[in-house]
Amino acid sequence: MNFELTKEQEDIRSMIRDFAEKSVAPTAAERDEKEYFPREIFDQMGELGILGLPYPEEYGGAGSDFLSYAMAVEEISRVCASTGIGLSVHVSLCSWPIFHYGTEEQKQKFLRPLAEGTKLGAFGLTEPNAGTDASAATTTAVKDGDHYILNGAKIFNTNGGEAEIEVIFASTDKAAGLKGMSAFIVEKGTPGLSFGKKEVKMGIRSSVQREVFMKDCRIPAANLLGKEGQGFKIAMTALDGGRIGVAAQSLGIAQGALEQAIKYSKERVQFGKPISSNQAIAFKIADMAAKVEGARLLVYRAAYHKSHHLPYSKEAAMAKLVASDAAMSVTTDAVQIFGGYGYTREYPVERMMRDAKITQIYEGTNEVQRMVISGAVLR
Amino acid sequence: MEILVCIKQVPDTAEVKIDPVTNTLIRQGVPSIVNPFDKNALEAALQLKDKHGGKVTVISMGPPQAKEALRECLAMGADNAILVSDRAFGGSDTLATSYTLAATIRKIGTYDLIFCGKQAIDGDTAQVGPEIAEHLGIAQITYVAKIEVNGDTVSVEREYEEGYGVIEGKLPLLISVVKSINEPRYPTIKGTMKANRAEIPVWTMADLDVDEQKLGLKGSPTQVRRIFTPPQRTEGVIIQKDTAWESVAVLIQKLSDAKII
Ligand SMILES: Cc1cc2nc3c(=O)[nH]c(=O)nc-3n(C[C@H](O)[C@H](O)[C@H](O)COP(=O)(O)OP(=O)(O)OC[C@H]3O[C@@H](n4cnc5c(N)ncnc54)[C@H](O)[C@@H]3O)c2cc1C
Ligand SMILES: Cc1cc2nc3c(=O)[nH]c(=O)nc-3n(C[C@H](O)[C@H](O)[C@H](O)COP(=O)(O)OP(=O)(O)OC[C@H]3O[C@@H](n4cnc5c(N)ncnc54)[C@H](O)[C@@H]3O)c2cc1C
Repeated sequence: MNFELTKEQEDIRSMIRDFAEKSVAPTAAERDEKEYFPREIFDQMGELGILGLPYPEEYGGAGSDFLSYAMAVEEISRVCASTGIGLSVHVSLCSWPIFHYGTEEQKQKFLRPLAEGTKLGAFGLTEPNAGTDASAATTTAVKDGDHYILNGAKIFNTNGGEAEIEVIFASTDKAAGLKGMSAFIVEKGTPGLSFGKKEVKMGIRSSVQREVFMKDCRIPAANLLGKEGQGFKIAMTALDGGRIGVAAQSLGIAQGALEQAIKYSKERVQFGKPISSNQAIAFKIADMAAKVEGARLLVYRAAYHKSHHLPYSKEAAMAKLVASDAAMSVTTDAVQIFGGYGYTREYPVERMMRDAKITQIYEGTNEVQRMVISGAVLR
Repeated sequence: MEILVCIKQVPDTAEVKIDPVTNTLIRQGVPSIVNPFDKNALEAALQLKDKHGGKVTVISMGPPQAKEALRECLAMGADNAILVSDRAFGGSDTLATSYTLAATIRKIGTYDLIFCGKQAIDGDTAQVGPEIAEHLGIAQITYVAKIEVNGDTVSVEREYEEGYGVIEGKLPLLISVVKSINEPRYPTIKGTMKANRAEIPVWTMADLDVDEQKLGLKGSPTQVRRIFTPPQRTEGVIIQKDTAWESVAVLIQKLSDAKII
């Protein structure tokens, strides 16, 4: 068994950490406060090759692997979880289904600009009445000659309204239920496609979620991804990979909070000594550190499986479950260690705690992760 | 345009420890980085390449691990890297260093511009760049904060403590740059991967047309007696009254007393 990163993975990681600290971290608190979506940071990530990290160079990617990609999401999320999820949705949920299910033409036309970072991606599955239960979705797609006509609404669309390319799910055969769902590539600017209100959220406030409306939205039939009826499978396999991204985001949040807590506990003096010299604090930090490392192993293993074309559905679900729970508990403990200061916006740990909560909810709630895991182990 | 950039690998700390017996730098245990000013030099070279086309080659004299510094430059976008390394170069002072680097540049042969940093953050002498130009017999402009190239004419802003001067020169030219000239770019993912796989050639004494007596310790006439931080030449005055209004009033009084306003 080999736990060592390659020199290349290490170099990519240190390059991204440097970028995250110099170009993402300084504005994180302010962007959170103002709910500001930083397109300029995404443009810069595009120029550096981060938005196409795991995809081959022939499609505009950097030609690295999914472990380097997971570490990129981790490093960015360590300083700003909002930017981390934008990156994850772009790479895992929008680019990946096109990479995996797309035709050569679709890859050149849509994956290339996504991987090169000149266009941003989004993923529209969730609807007002179809969250965990995707089968309740009501968006439809009707074939009309060389086109499909889409009608319906999506919600909680991450990067929505900012993204130029959306992968959207709609039913081409209502009677067939989940087997009648299909996936489409929809470009921003298509007549009939519009965006609604921006969600006001507890955390990841510098990330954007919007409603998406499709009213007689005509898209070329060539934008059907995979085959008619393959949509649900495309969505579920994309989410398997997306969960590695969310798990990496969770890991980054937890790592960031752990580092903050270690530093603060050594500096904060009460009763004439640093608070870290109280075993109550030191043991809390020990538990936090152990949770972070445990999560890290699961996240990296899931990413390793994906890179090496091994099954990763169960692994990704475990990574997401454990890492998101770790993020929630580690950030909560970090706030506790900071005391009253931790509850204020003077320090980043309250933001990290607010950001952590969503990781237990999206891309399949942790209840759903348990369904996936139990389904696999009880088989 | 053929551009060469001289880069030095230095310890990543403001406080370089000095061996009290030998008066040389203790490098052990300190992480190494590319001398920060040399990154500005590389960025200046890359910007010229982006604008005018050409090729950027980075060269460094140092131990084998200096390859890491060169890789970082390749990741940022340099086309080629050459490490100049030989036991015979050990103990070089600035004269021997610049002699060796000049011989390296002669072997490379063609160049329009040579870039150096203003100074290295460990040695701090700011001598190597100018000495390379002298060895090669080409013109040099130091402390450059802005560059424009027009045909074979180079026009620069040279930084002084109290302002800057505009200077023109003809190619080939050696230029040393200050920090304010630019913000060095990040390496890209592709660049990082390419740099990782790159084979960096190592040139030894045998590859260069050099006089062995002028290399390394033998070729280093410098005797280090003492190293110290010189006292600051111009100490600033801080006016800090209770309010900004009061501070401004004191400032105006001082300026008019000095007959400046
Ligand atoms: C910030 C944010 C970003 C998002 N980004 C996207 C995006 O980019 N694209 C997209 O398509 N969606 C996105 N979503 C949607 C997200 O994936 C859903 O919110 C999530 O899947 C849960 O769906 P729901 O909110 O409808 O909850 P519900 O499905 O209503 O669930 C409510 C609760 O019931 C539980 N529950 C439901 N069914 C069961 C069951 N069978 N057994 C046990 N428990 C159950 C859930 O676990 C949860 O605790 C985003 C959501 C948020 C908040
Ligand atoms: C007084 C003194 C005595 C020294 N004696 C010894 C000694 O006995 N043994 C010993 O090992 N070291 C010694 N050193 C260190 C060595 O001489 C210098 O580190 C080296 O010559 C470079 O000089 P510098 O660091 O001052 O660089 P500077 O002249 O300040 O550097 C200016 C620029 O020149 C270029 N440059 C400098 N060095 C290199 C390089 N190696 N490769 C490529 N480009 C370069 C860079 O662009 C740099 O920004 C001594 C240093 C000093 C100051």
